Amino acid sequence: MKIVYTDVLVIGGGLAGLRLAIGARRRGHEAIILSLVPAKRSHSKAAQGGMQASLGNVIKGQGDNEDVHFEDTVRGSDWGADQDVVRMFVNTAPKAVRELAAWGVPWSRVRKGDRFVVINGQQVKITERDEAHGLVAQRDFGGTKKWRTCYAADGTGHAMINAVADRAIAESIPVHERKEALALIHDGGRCYGAVVRDLATGELSAYVAKATAIATGGAGRLYQVTTNAVICEGIGHAIALETGVATLGNMEAVQFHPTPIFPAGILLTEGCRGDGGLLKDVDLHRFMPDYEPEKKELASRDVVSRRMEEHIRKGKGVKSRFGEHLWLDITLLGEKHIHTNLREVWDICHYFLGLDPTKEVVPVRPAQHYTMGGVRTTYTGESPTLKGLFSAGEAACWDMHGFNRLGGNSVAETVVAGMIVGEFIADFCDKPGNDASIPTGLVRELVAREEAKLTALVLGGGKEDASAIKARMQEIMTAKVGIFRTGKDLEEAVDELQKLLARSRSIGLRSSSPGANPELVTAYRVQKMLKLALCVAYGALTRTESRGAHYREDFPRRNDAEWLKRTLATWKEGETLPTLHYEALDVKRMELPPGWRGYGAKDYTDHPDTAARQAEVDGVKAKTPDRFARQAALLPYEHLLPEPLRGRNERIEERFPGPPPPQSPEVDKESVFAWESE
Amino acid sequence: MTDKIRIHALRYNPADPKSVPHQQTYELEQTEGMTLFIALSEIREKLDPSLQFDFVCRAGICGSCAMVINGRPGLACRTLTKSTGPDITLAPLPFFELIGDLSVDTGKWMRGMSERLQTWVHNNGLDLDLGRIEEPMDPELAEKIYELDRCIECGCCVAACGTARMREDFVGAVGLNKIARFRLDPRDKRTDGDYYELVGDDAGVFGCMSLLACHDVCPKDLPLQQQIAFVRRKMVAIAFK
Repeated sequence: MKIVYTDVLVIGGGLAGLRLAIGARRRGHEAIILSLVPAKRSHSKAAQGGMQASLGNVIKGQGDNEDVHFEDTVRGSDWGADQDVVRMFVNTAPKAVRELAAWGVPWSRVRKGDRFVVINGQQVKITERDEAHGLVAQRDFGGTKKWRTCYAADGTGHAMINAVADRAIAESIPVHERKEALALIHDGGRCYGAVVRDLATGELSAYVAKATAIATGGAGRLYQVTTNAVICEGIGHAIALETGVATLGNMEAVQFHPTPIFPAGILLTEGCRGDGGLLKDVDLHRFMPDYEPEKKELASRDVVSRRMEEHIRKGKGVKSRFGEHLWLDITLLGEKHIHTNLREVWDICHYFLGLDPTKEVVPVRPAQHYTMGGVRTTYTGESPTLKGLFSAGEAACWDMHGFNRLGGNSVAETVVAGMIVGEFIADFCDKPGNDASIPTGLVRELVAREEAKLTALVLGGGKEDASAIKARMQEIMTAKVGIFRTGKDLEEAVDELQKLLARSRSIGLRSSSPGANPELVTAYRVQKMLKLALCVAYGALTRTESRGAHYREDFPRRNDAEWLKRTLATWKEGETLPTLHYEALDVKRMELPPGWRGYGAKDYTDHPDTAARQAEVDGVKAKTPDRFARQAALLPYEHLLPEPLRGRNERIEERFPGPPPPQSPEVDKESVFAWESE
Repeated sequence: MTDKIRIHALRYNPADPKSVPHQQTYELEQTEGMTLFIALSEIREKLDPSLQFDFVCRAGICGSCAMVINGRPGLACRTLTKSTGPDITLAPLPFFELIGDLSVDTGKWMRGMSERLQTWVHNNGLDLDLGRIEEPMDPELAEKIYELDRCIECGCCVAACGTARMREDFVGAVGLNKIARFRLDPRDKRTDGDYYELVGDDAGVFGCMSLLACHDVCPKDLPLQQQIAFVRRKMVAIAFK
């Protein structure tokens, strides 16, 4: 049996995993990344529209800062987020953009002078400042007060992962491609690495590490219709759950994106609406202002998706052979804008729908998009219950998104959490007491156990079909655990998913070819995915309120008095349901106490502590004009950040004293534009 | 619509000593808007669970599913079956190491290429103060760098390349495009002399025979013809210095 030893084992080669491996490596620790696919093909790549960071370079971002970003994020989360973590995040996001700029990301830049943009369906002239010329530009996104989303055309995730994956190569970090972690190695209190299957040869091996990090992204493929890549099956979540020790937080919080193309579910960025695109119905009527007069198409995603489904229920959908949909209209943005800033959108419309979005409206309907829930961690990214297990990015419940994530905050979270958690992992590895001392006999036993499970699937003579079970699970999740949820549907879903889980224990394979064996992969994954699906459905059934993306038609109000708490799920081996417990959020510490989000439903039930805390917050605000002093008085958080990441962020309006830092020397590249004239 | 399509896929599992390369035909019903992603997934789910292929994003942005489709390298996920005719022949990309059936290991080759050409910004250890305002960049230049940065490393250009067929160490259009991309980027402090060390030979830009199939098959329509010509001209200038 092969055992690979390293300091840090990173499971997942997307932006979060890459960035935290770089962080650990720079502190002198060996890191190995395991990835199902070559790192640059991770789902991070699919982030189109951009990453939120309060740089405030564009004129419509003027006055933006960490405080505004903080409030937008907490409101977006419907007060489900951990406010300490949101503070750490918003302060680090500008640093992340600037680091990536230095690493080569071709961020779109501000051009000084007049330009025409589309706001609320109208052409509007805005004038960019001279001093902003050439700085990183921002576009508008839903649920934000300022234009804050930094972007590289509409291939932001692509450009980011190019730079970060190449940075990892520059730092000589090995990426072991086509490797899948099947189980975590642990003794009930301490995690020591993972049992790993080679997806090309089928061989098992063990990776033993001081620190193990799960950065495997989301679990969109629990659903039939999702924007997620086919590899986003939540296996990272599942192996944490299967320890019986680590917990998953808020798995019922699932985001549905308003504008994937219909019926394929391929994402069209929120940038379409941020840049001025409109949603229209069967009569080509723009309906969002009827529902959301303040934010219209740019309310948060949970709200827009619900309004769209509500409108379809009213009979205003467009009927097609695959079902009903609505229209996204970006024709008013003009050809030049679409060919420069929305070119992936053009490609997708062209190749998958055979239409030209500069001239035609595009069929769209909400689909599963993002997993807010994940491996529960503290602010350091470490599991509070399984020492040495870390998690970052979409796989984690860190928890900065609560019950709804804002557009542009996920790809931002990947790199920001990578920076922060990477430092904490390095701290962990620095401590001599944290060496990974585990007998090889125990490792051998765990590998043998996984081997036996796979052998049982291949040779056990079971009669159930893995693909059929998976397809049925996905149907149930989309039909009954979707945008609108009811107790009755959820009960039926939980019931049938439990039966599917039982059936999945007698899956048999039709093929037993050596090597990769894709059928075996489907089989062992669906067993794990069903446990996650049950965490989502059972958590949703138990949560008798509506919050963010979790909407119960039979309990339409947000209920802070009873439900201002985080769901935590664990799994006991042999059970057919997770064990749920709850972690209360402390209103008395909140910098932004619960209230109305500024869009969506206005009625909610207050927490008993809200009024007192609000009065306290108002008092501090009234007597503390300086925003930094005010913030420190309300929710001191800076001590939580790793030391190298502390400190303020410079802006055009908030210049640091003293001269600007020296610019890097120009290198003569013989006129970079020469090829144009040649 | 009840059209039938027939997919003729090259089958070979190197992990199985009994396996011999052969073509296998699958017949299935064409549905509205069917792509090769949908068709191949259906084959695996219903007809043959052992068929190996790679899809990740299924949206034409990740480059995983490049294969030879009716004789031409392309992305399977965004190929509509109605655009190919009822008989579709699929083979794995040549040149790259075969994993099985339609699946090849482009990742290992791309990593090797990146290490060899050092495809990252070299800024001489510039000490960054992340709190300070970023260095400005000309907006048009940023767009041009993005244009070349759109490469998805799918391997189509190498699979279609005449030079790569003859020399295994050729960096391919993907590699030369990366040199063009970093050469354009003022944040990369390398000079033409440095780039010459990387691609100034027959394994680099002078190996290109200008057949330019790379340009024709690139799924992202990268301006490969123009970029290779430009890099060659700059490298020639260094060679004669």
